Amino acid sequence: MHMFIVIAFMLAGIAVGFLFRRWKIRFIHRLILTLIWLLLFLLGLEVGANNTVIQQFGKLGFEAFLLATGGTLGSVIFAWLLWLSFRSKTAEK
Amino acid sequence: MKGSLIILSFFATGLLLGIFRWFPPQILSYNFSFYVLCALMFSVGISVGNDPNSFRQFRSLNPRLIFLPLMTILGTFLGVFAVSFLVKDRSLANCLAVGSGFGYYSLSSILITQYKGVELGTIALLSNIMREVFTLLFAPWMVKYFGKLAPISAGGATTMDITFPIIVRNSGKDYAIVSIYQGFVVDFTVPFLVTFFCSL
Repeated sequence: MHMFIVIAFMLAGIAVGFLFRRWKIRFIHRLILTLIWLLLFLLGLEVGANNTVIQQFGKLGFEAFLLATGGTLGSVIFAWLLWLSFRSKTAEK
Repeated sequence: MKGSLIILSFFATGLLLGIFRWFPPQILSYNFSFYVLCALMFSVGISVGNDPNSFRQFRSLNPRLIFLPLMTILGTFLGVFAVSFLVKDRSLANCLAVGSGFGYYSLSSILITQYKGVELGTIALLSNIMREVFTLLFAPWMVKYFGKLAPISAGGATTMDITFPIIVRNSGKDYAIVSIYQGFVVDFTVPFLVTFFCSL
């Protein structure tokens, strides 16, 4: 349920931003950054206060490393495929 | 780079305060972070809707390169699928949710913590920071062996801000627009894909 509320807030934001597109809402990037700071501080608090997570930090870090490596390599290889097709098409012309 | 260090220092400060319990315990029990998250998502939406360039800018793009964000997303999913067999304690859906951060560690870790708890949220934070760092470190190598689009894909959602300078330096100025376009599109998909995989 939470997730749909979150997405709904973003869609509402897009609509509001679009409605007011004649007025540049300049402070919004500053606000986003501040909210991100606040939320990561809260995430840190939550992680630090959670003994199970702190004890497993090394293991979680290793899992994170595996996922990051897989995701990065996979996307690099797919970009390479597009690059090859792009190159051969350009060469034909 | 400086921006990421500031963001990390906020996390680290919270981490230390949390470990030593130097904070009023009510902060965590009131689900305060959920309301801040809603405010954040609303603001992110406004920034997208309010920017006239958001949807226009990309007309000059080579039609083939329109598929780059799709390749990034599919390649990431396939790579994450491959390593998910090594990450035994997490379901495939959870692994894909982490992968769907595409380097956008702040938003993805916040969302995943909210949906799936602090353990997977921590993995998402670390994993997506690592992806960004990999891109910053290995961009020259990626261009050399996998072509000029490779670091753009690797950068995922960060290629219009944090990894943008590195990409332009290694892939060349001709790929600046592609980099911004890909960052914009992938960035936009993060909340949807993360939410989707967390709801499975």
